[in-house]
Amino acid sequence: MDVKTVPNVTPGGGGEAAGSGASGRAAGPAGRGNVSFQTLSGIPLKACYTAEDLPEGPLPPPGEYPFTRGVHATMYRGRLWTMRQFSGFGTARQTNERFRFLLAHGESGLSVAFDLPTLMGHDSDAPVASGEVGRCGVAVSSLEDMQALFEGIPLDRVSTSMTINGPAAILLAFYLVMAEERGIPWQALRGTIQNDILKEYHAQHTWLLPPEPSMRVITDTLRYAAEQVPQWNTISISGYHIREAGSTAVQELAFTLADGFAYVEAGMAAGLKVDDFAPRLSFFFNAHNDFFEEIAKYRAARRLWARTLREKYGAADPRSWKLRFHAQTAGCTLTAQQPANNVVRVAYQALAAVLGGCQSLHTNSMDETLALPSESAARLALRTQQILAWESGVPQIPDPLGGCYFLEALTDRMEAEASALVRRIEEMGGMLEAVRRGFVRREIARSAAEEQRRIESGEQVAVGVNRFTEPDEKPVEILSIGPEVEEEQVARLRSFKARRDAGRVREALAGVENAARGTSNLLEAFVHAARHRATLGEICDRLRSVLGTYHQEAESFFRA
Amino acid sequence: MNTEPSVPTPIPRRVLIAKIGLDGHDRGAKIIAAALRDAGMEVVYTGLHQTPEMIAATAVQEDVDLVGVSILSGAHLTLVPKLLKLLAEQQAADIPVVVGGIIPRSDSQAMEKLGVARVFTPGASLSEITAAVRELASKARAAAS
Repeated sequence: MDVKTVPNVTPGGGGEAAGSGASGRAAGPAGRGNVSFQTLSGIPLKACYTAEDLPEGPLPPPGEYPFTRGVHATMYRGRLWTMRQFSGFGTARQTNERFRFLLAHGESGLSVAFDLPTLMGHDSDAPVASGEVGRCGVAVSSLEDMQALFEGIPLDRVSTSMTINGPAAILLAFYLVMAEERGIPWQALRGTIQNDILKEYHAQHTWLLPPEPSMRVITDTLRYAAEQVPQWNTISISGYHIREAGSTAVQELAFTLADGFAYVEAGMAAGLKVDDFAPRLSFFFNAHNDFFEEIAKYRAARRLWARTLREKYGAADPRSWKLRFHAQTAGCTLTAQQPANNVVRVAYQALAAVLGGCQSLHTNSMDETLALPSESAARLALRTQQILAWESGVPQIPDPLGGCYFLEALTDRMEAEASALVRRIEEMGGMLEAVRRGFVRREIARSAAEEQRRIESGEQVAVGVNRFTEPDEKPVEILSIGPEVEEEQVARLRSFKARRDAGRVREALAGVENAARGTSNLLEAFVHAARHRATLGEICDRLRSVLGTYHQEAESFFRA
Repeated sequence: MNTEPSVPTPIPRRVLIAKIGLDGHDRGAKIIAAALRDAGMEVVYTGLHQTPEMIAATAVQEDVDLVGVSILSGAHLTLVPKLLKLLAEQQAADIPVVVGGIIPRSDSQAMEKLGVARVFTPGASLSEITAAVRELASKARAAAS
């Protein structure tokens, strides 16, 4: 590196030469700190890895238990990963246009981003929704909104992922009734609801009910979907948000798998057989900056899941052992400074996800620290995957890094560290108890603060932020959502409500309330309510009135 | 982290950090709250999902010198003006309000016109935010006493 030609203006001082920056680091260009070489999670790295670092014992090929090297023998030769770009904004009609645009440009699956009122179970016309409608996702309050969202999209041929948690089962009910009214059998539907409420308490914070009743909604969904919508992924157990909230890779791995084990235990406690629902559990991980650590994380996740499902929970169906996952590149690594650099970050992160054997992938748009993605930024993000898929040659070989001294050693280390953290949660009394104690979110906040400290001190390099900065950056074009979106959506919803058979709506909502009070299947009641045009907010209000609401204590992190 | 004051300030500054609306992204708010606390300020953190009404009430009750609003949901042009109006109605318009989050440049300007003291967007450093908060809170305290 020719240090003299590289501008390096640090936020505090400015103008220092690279290599003698604020942290006084002289150890060389590649280290993360001035003391030692380590991964982003803080795992120390040796000077070099050799055959001696390879774990003992066999390393079965891809497609064989414990699936460290991948869940399929042929991996991407058999089928490429699904290119699934998370998108949603404004009204259902606007998002439908974006969906069609992405499909026309070669996207192979859909992924819906909902707005905050929808995520929290409120209709667009609720007072609390004011100002939030269609802002960070699409507003879906009713069956009619769902129908507009998927108009002209062949539900039996495109798989759909819906990032929704508290009210996941209600949105699934809308989707099912929409399919029913189009004459598409539920057996033909493929898709995913995120439905991972535990990580909402840790990180994303869009909940509907307290933890215990939430777990009941989830087990009701597992049961109903196993019988009625057999190709549907009923929970996408998500580390993504945990990582975005500031966790390390090891914490992401451990907390996500611990959440997964909690769902397995809840399903079994509700009387389901593990092999009846575990094959439909899928995962969602972050694809962050530390290239090898990320690949090791995915490999360790597969092995840990397979072993635990088989050995601890007695799953006998190999499909229960296979951890399938979606990956999304790390939004939190994107920078507002020099946004074009984000394209490069995303490409490396996507490569890590593919080398780690993901089943589907979202690549972020370069402008996401500024606003929702513009059409051109969303297209470039999709092109990034297409170049990886069809130009790089990477997908031709399953787990091409298998046997790499460093990667195998790191995979083992990640698995060991994550297992220790999972055990800590078990010793605490399980994940619900850890949620009650605020353990997970406190651990995440601690890591987030630590990372921020490293960035502020310059110990951790963020190109364009604390090194290689540039003055006077040109603003990029962004997408903005006008106030007319909310007005249009609220008017549409009011008209929908006025056109319904009020008696049937009342009867269906009473059914939801009865199911909530009793033990009959909630998803069945939601489907019935959806058929009779009850809205999301109406159903959720009944649930809240019977099962309660949830508030997280605010200041506990200060006392940690 | 260079957030310690060069000259120790005799009066502790009391600031409210608030998450407004339905937005659940609190990584930034917690980091800011902790940084201000580490810089010697008294910090009240509201927690998640606060309405403008709740925040205005807390600001008045807690007699804070500054309100810092964190919002990444895009609802800032509805919720922040509402908060300013409520503070004014409660004779608390002198409490400076700063906003941090994903805010397009044109929206920052619009909010500053309405009376928001500063807007911080992604890329702002902790030392920059801490210094600005300290200055605004000190001015507010001096004006009030």
